[in-house]
Amino acid sequence: MSIDTATAAKVAKLARIKVDEDDLPALAQEFNAILGFIEQLNELDVDGIDPMVSVTPMRLKRREDVVTDGDQQARILSNAPDAREGFFAVPKVVE
Amino acid sequence: MSDLNKLTIAEARDALRKGDVTSVELTEACLAAIDGADALGAVVHKTPEIALDRARAADARIKSGDAPAMCGIPLGIKDLFCTEGVPSQAASKILEGFRPEYESTVSGLLRDAGAVMLGKLNMDEFAMGSSNETSVYGNAVNPWRAGNSDAALTPGGSSGGSASAVAADLCLAATGTDTGGSIRQPAAFTGIVGLKPTYGRCSRWGIVAFASSLDQAGPMTKTVRDAAIMGQAMMGHDPKDSTSADLPVPDFEAMLTGDIKGQVIGIPKEYRMDGMPDEIEALWAKGREMLQDAGAVLRDISLPHTKYALPAYYVIAPAEASSNLARYDGVRFGYRAKLDQGDGITEMYEKTRAEGFGAEVKRRVMVGTYVLSAGFYDAYYNRARKVRALIKRDFDQVFEGGVDAILTPATPSAAFELGQTHQDPVEMYLNDVFTVTVNLAGLPGISVPVGLDGRGLPLGLQLIGKPWDEGGLLNTAYALEQAAGFVDKPVKWW
Repeated sequence: MSIDTATAAKVAKLARIKVDEDDLPALAQEFNAILGFIEQLNELDVDGIDPMVSVTPMRLKRREDVVTDGDQQARILSNAPDAREGFFAVPKVVE
Repeated sequence: MSDLNKLTIAEARDALRKGDVTSVELTEACLAAIDGADALGAVVHKTPEIALDRARAADARIKSGDAPAMCGIPLGIKDLFCTEGVPSQAASKILEGFRPEYESTVSGLLRDAGAVMLGKLNMDEFAMGSSNETSVYGNAVNPWRAGNSDAALTPGGSSGGSASAVAADLCLAATGTDTGGSIRQPAAFTGIVGLKPTYGRCSRWGIVAFASSLDQAGPMTKTVRDAAIMGQAMMGHDPKDSTSADLPVPDFEAMLTGDIKGQVIGIPKEYRMDGMPDEIEALWAKGREMLQDAGAVLRDISLPHTKYALPAYYVIAPAEASSNLARYDGVRFGYRAKLDQGDGITEMYEKTRAEGFGAEVKRRVMVGTYVLSAGFYDAYYNRARKVRALIKRDFDQVFEGGVDAILTPATPSAAFELGQTHQDPVEMYLNDVFTVTVNLAGLPGISVPVGLDGRGLPLGLQLIGKPWDEGGLLNTAYALEQAAGFVDKPVKWW
């Protein structure tokens, strides 16, 4: 499986990371080096093996489905790059 | 007492309880050592006021007679741990200015036990790296140098600042985290002890997430005894981490008898790698001999899927990272890129993440995005998870067969020079070849300094234990430490 610049551009888009056109060939080459390394996994027969879900056999704990937290608006917004009137602020989304 | 910063946790604890020293004195000695060690790049956010406040509180608590073992002990905290009101950046530009409103469970347990935080320690960005060269703060430097060379060496990564700080006596011990070897490899490169507990022993809550099914916090210390004391203080069930184990944490220090008579130590043939330096092979042989002389029984074992651990890791870890790091969007915390006229929210995400993440982080997020994308999910991600199950089965079978612990080299080499250009990212990944299997199988592992190479650089061996058997593992490590008698320290140049 070889990755071309179009695929590299698509992956960058999916990851929401801006990559300049000029940098795409080098990025595609890096992907190919890493994926080439990963290809070794194809040597193994994994038929009938279940993919690991949890490394330790444990059942996740349950708790009552109730509110346990809240009323922390100011603390939650305290690290926002832009917060106004009690909300996170972002560039206009709807034209 | 002089050179208080050079004490071990156990020595300091005993001296504090006897009233021979105060936490303020210990803390001041460490703060002075830190101020004189900027060349090491180990401490990236100094917190002297917090340190002295906590030291004074610890002294009062010790006087009142109610002092846990960690009370008054000055520590460094890896930048990956969220610490209330103190910058916690995971060594990334994207978390510039982030001051958490909360404390991670592990650093909170240490704080509540009376431990003193001296500052935040350098690391690879988001813990992705094996040389501490991907940090936004710049490199951390190894206090050790090779022979008469003055070339700067890596302290390893990702917990490079922690390793450098402990080895250089800037603190009595430090916290680290380990996703593929990030505690054990830097510990081996700097001649200290590094323990990665069983997955689920330490809460992950409040630790900036890299790969959630692999990440585990642990202590980085000067001795095995210190790893037992500090490790115990860091562990325990936390309802805020759904994968945290609800199991009692034993008194590890009380288990350090040094008696390993009859313990079966597995020697896996697959860890004898082609092109492994003779010195590593010789060190491993020496370790086997030491454990045998101490009464352990050596057994040749096979972990047949070892070879596939690194490729499986480099699917699973980036996949989880791509998901975890999706939260860095320039909206809720940290960095937001300057936008041009007309830029919308998508441009904000894309520019923020392009400017905020470093090259290695971007590479892994994109590889993770690719292996999880439609059409490739089964071929890469599911296949890697199946291989992971096989790797864990290898260990399960060996332990079921009566093996108590496994001895391997910790790293394929001693510390290497900083600034070597790595054209091929895969070359750097090979640093984790002996450690990554342990994360994939969720097991406890410990790196113990055992000797020096021909150039005078420390080398470590790794012991791997059964799940939840940190106590037995620490005791075997203690026996190895006693036999090795490693006491060398780096010669101060900084």
